[in-house]
Amino acid sequence: MSRIGVFVCHCGHNIAGTVDVKAVVEQLQRNGDVVFAIDYKYMCSDPGQQLIRESIEKYQLDGVVVAACSPAMHETTFRRTVSAAGLNGFRCESANIREQVSWVHQQDKEAATQKAIEITASIVEKVKGNEILEPLVLPLTHRTLVIGGGIAGMQAALDIAEAGYPVILVERHDHLGGRMAELSGSYLNFRAAPDLLEKKIQQVLSHPNIQTLRNAEVIGLSGYVGNFRVQVKQNPEAEETPVMPLDELQPLTFTFDVGAIVVATGWQPYDRARLPEYGGVEIPDVVDGLTFEKMLREGGVLRRPSDGKIACEVVFVQCAGSRDPEHGVSYCSKVCCMYVAKQAMMYKERVPDGQAYVFYIDIRSAGKNYDEYVQRAMTDYGVLYLRGKVSRVFREGDQTIVWGSDTLTGRAVEIAADLVVLATPMLPSRGSAELGQLLHISTDGYGFFNEAHPKLRPVETLTAGIYLAGVAQGPKDIPETVSQASGAAAKVLQLFSKDEMTASPLVASVIEELCAACGACVKVCPYGARQIHPIWNYATVNAALCQGCGACVVACPNKASQVRNWRVEQVMGMVDRLL
Amino acid sequence: MAIPYFPGCTLSTKASGYDRSGRAVAQALGLEFQELNEWQCCGATFPLSAENAMALVAPTRLLRQAQDAGGQVTTLCAICFHVLRRTQHFLQGHPDVLERINWFTEEPYLGNVRVTHFLELLRNELTWESLRAKVRRPLQGLRVAPYYGCLLLRPPSEIQLDDPDDPHILHECLEALGCEVITFPYQSECCGSYLVVNKPKVPQQLAQDILTSAQRHGAQALVTACPLCQYNLDYPQKSVSGWTLKLLPVLYFTQLMAVALGLPSEDWGMENHTVDPRPLFEPYLTTVGQGRTGGDR
Repeated sequence: MSRIGVFVCHCGHNIAGTVDVKAVVEQLQRNGDVVFAIDYKYMCSDPGQQLIRESIEKYQLDGVVVAACSPAMHETTFRRTVSAAGLNGFRCESANIREQVSWVHQQDKEAATQKAIEITASIVEKVKGNEILEPLVLPLTHRTLVIGGGIAGMQAALDIAEAGYPVILVERHDHLGGRMAELSGSYLNFRAAPDLLEKKIQQVLSHPNIQTLRNAEVIGLSGYVGNFRVQVKQNPEAEETPVMPLDELQPLTFTFDVGAIVVATGWQPYDRARLPEYGGVEIPDVVDGLTFEKMLREGGVLRRPSDGKIACEVVFVQCAGSRDPEHGVSYCSKVCCMYVAKQAMMYKERVPDGQAYVFYIDIRSAGKNYDEYVQRAMTDYGVLYLRGKVSRVFREGDQTIVWGSDTLTGRAVEIAADLVVLATPMLPSRGSAELGQLLHISTDGYGFFNEAHPKLRPVETLTAGIYLAGVAQGPKDIPETVSQASGAAAKVLQLFSKDEMTASPLVASVIEELCAACGACVKVCPYGARQIHPIWNYATVNAALCQGCGACVVACPNKASQVRNWRVEQVMGMVDRLL
Repeated sequence: MAIPYFPGCTLSTKASGYDRSGRAVAQALGLEFQELNEWQCCGATFPLSAENAMALVAPTRLLRQAQDAGGQVTTLCAICFHVLRRTQHFLQGHPDVLERINWFTEEPYLGNVRVTHFLELLRNELTWESLRAKVRRPLQGLRVAPYYGCLLLRPPSEIQLDDPDDPHILHECLEALGCEVITFPYQSECCGSYLVVNKPKVPQQLAQDILTSAQRHGAQALVTACPLCQYNLDYPQKSVSGWTLKLLPVLYFTQLMAVALGLPSEDWGMENHTVDPRPLFEPYLTTVGQGRTGGDR
C-alpha cells in the first residue's frame, strides 16, 4: 500500500465556485492508497506549500497529488515543495481540476465535482507507479560558434571570449564588419561607422579566445545543446597563396564541437528592381539608402550619379517597399526614419544651399534622444518633411520628377529632383531560410529567424543552445543590435556557468529482452534520438535528444519501449480508474 | 467572323467617328461587328455603393442581350467596357445579387458572357503579327503617344487587360501599324473625367499637363481608346482662352488603324475633331500599295 497525500486547491472561487472540494476530499479519503486528504484556499501560496511539507512529514507520505490547476502552471512549484520535504519530486503530480473541470463545467456543478473526483483518483493511480528519478547529467562543450562577423556577431563573440570561453567566428565574406562597414556615419552622434567598427574588428582579431574564419560558411550541424558538431567550409583566399591558380585551390572543411551557437547573419537591401514605379534600377539618379551612404562616405560635395552635377534638390522616400503588404513587405524596417534624418542633415552639411525633402507616412523615432534628432533635421537644417506617399518617379530631361502627395495641405506635389533616395527595407541575408533548415530553427515568411517567445525570450530560438543576435531576427538599429548580441552572449554564459548540463529524466527507455530490433521506433522518432545498437541488436535511446513524446511507445509492437513514469501499466491503471 | 458589338451612347453621338472607324476596321480585318438587337445605356459608371443591385440592372440587361447574341460582346468605348467587365466580374462572385436582378428584370441572365475590348480581340485572337501583315499604309515616322487613361486598365484585378503601371496593349497595336511609339509619364494619369461637367477647370489643367508632357517627349499625336479622354484632351485646345500650347491631335486607335489599313477617308471619322488630325496623314496617302503589305492582297 502506498502512502499518498491528496491536496485539493480552491483557487479562491476558481475551483471551489464550481467543484465541491469537500466532496472531493471525502471521496479520496476512502481510497486505500490515500492516507491523508485536505483542501485549502490557495495551495500554491506559502501557507499552502507549508501545509504540503508538514503533511509529508506528519503522515510519512511517499507520494503527493495536488488537485489544482494545469501542470503547465504549477507542477514545477509543487515538485520543488515536496523535494524540500525530502520526497523525490517525481513522486508528486498535478491533477488538473481547474482548466479541465471547473472552468469548462460551470453550468453543472454536480457533474464537475464527479469529474474532479475521477481525475484526481486517476492521478493517484499514476503516482503509485511513479519511479524515483534524478535529473539526467549530460556533458557540455564550453565553446561557442558565432555565425556572422557583423557588429552583432563581433559583439557576442567578444562578450563570450572576455568571459574566458573560446569562440569560433565564421564570416562569409573576406572581411569583418558586415553592413555597418558600409555606413558613412551613425545617427545621434554622426560618428563615422568605420571608425567605430575598426576598434571592434581589432579587438576580435587580436583576442586570444576568438578564432576567426573568413570566407567561410557553416555547411553541417548535428548534435544538441552542449554537444553540437558543426562543419564549416572555408574557401581559400587567393592573395595568401599567389603561386597557385585559384581554381586549383580546394575549399577546406573543418569540424568543430561546440556547446552553443549564436546566429548573427544580418541583412541585405531590398531589390530596387521591385520598385519600377520609383524608377527601379532604370534611373541613374535614383539610389537606395545604402548607396547614398557610400556617396556620403566618399566625402566632398554630393553630385548626381548621371552627370556629376551638384545635387541641389534631393528627395528622400521613406517606406519605399516597406509597410506595403500589396507590393512589398508588410513590416516597418524600423531604422529608416532615423537614418533618413541623418542622411538629410549630412547632405545639408555638404550642400548648404541645397534643399532636402522627405516624404513620410509617419515618423517613427521612438528611442532615447531619437525624436529630438529628427526635430533637429526639421528646425536646424531646414529639411522639408512632407507627409504623404510618393506615387511615381520618372525621368524628364536630365531631372528626375517625383510625384507625391502632401496630405497635410491636401495637395499633389511635384518636385524636379537631382537625386532621389529610396529608404528601402532591410531583408534577411541571402540564404537565411537554408541556414534555418540546417540549424533546425524556424524562420518567418520573409526569412527572419523566429525567437522562442516574442516578449519573454527574444534572443533564444526554440532549439536549445541556439541564440539570435541582430537583424537576423528582425530589423533593428546598431544600439539595439549590440544589446541583443550581449543578451545572446549572456544566455551562452548562463549555459556555460555549469560544468555539466542537467535534463529531464522523463525520457523513453527500452526493455531489451522485449525488443525485436524491428526499427519501427527509429522511424517514428521526431528527434532522431533512437537507433538500433550495432552489436547488441536492440533499440537504444539518446536520452539527451529524447523529449519523452511517446511516439515510440505507440509504434512498438512488443511494448518494449516505455516512457519513464508513463509506463503502460501506469496508464492502464489510470484508465481503469476512470472507467 | 461576326462579333456581337455594343456601341454605347457616346459612340452613337459625340464619338461617332470612333464607331465608324471601328466598324470599318473590323470589317477590313474580317471581324464583322454585329450590333446587339436592343440596347440601352450601360450606366456610364460602375456603382461604388455597397448596395448596388439597382445600379447594376442596366449593364446586366446588356449582358443578357449578349447572352442571346452568342455569349460574348465586344466594345470600343473604354467606359462601357469598364462597366460591363466589372459587372460581369461582380455577378460571378455574387450569385445572390444576380438572382435579385433577374427577379427584377424577369429576363434571366445566366452569368457567363465574355466581355472583351476590341483591343483585346486584336491582341489575343487576331494577333499583332496578322494585323501588321494587313497594313497597307505603314505609318513609319509618325510619332504617337498612347494615352491609356484610367478606366481601360483599372482596377487591374477585375479588368485584367494590362499592367496599369506599365501598359503595353496600345503600344503594341500602334507599333504594328508602323508608328514610332512614345512612352510618356502621363500615359495612365486621369484626364479629369466627368469633372468636365461641373468643374471644367480641373480637366483643362490636367489636359494642359498631359499634352505638354506628350509634346515634350516629341509626340505628334495622342492616341486613346476612351471617348471621354478624347473629348477632355481635344476640345480645350481651341475653346479655352489663352491656350498657348501647340495644337496636338487626339485620335482613337481605330482611326489610325483605318488610315494604316488603307481604308478610304470616309471611314476615318475625323471630321468632328477640334484639332484636325488629317494633315498628319498627308505624307502617307501616296504610299497605298507600296508599303509592307499583307498576304490578303
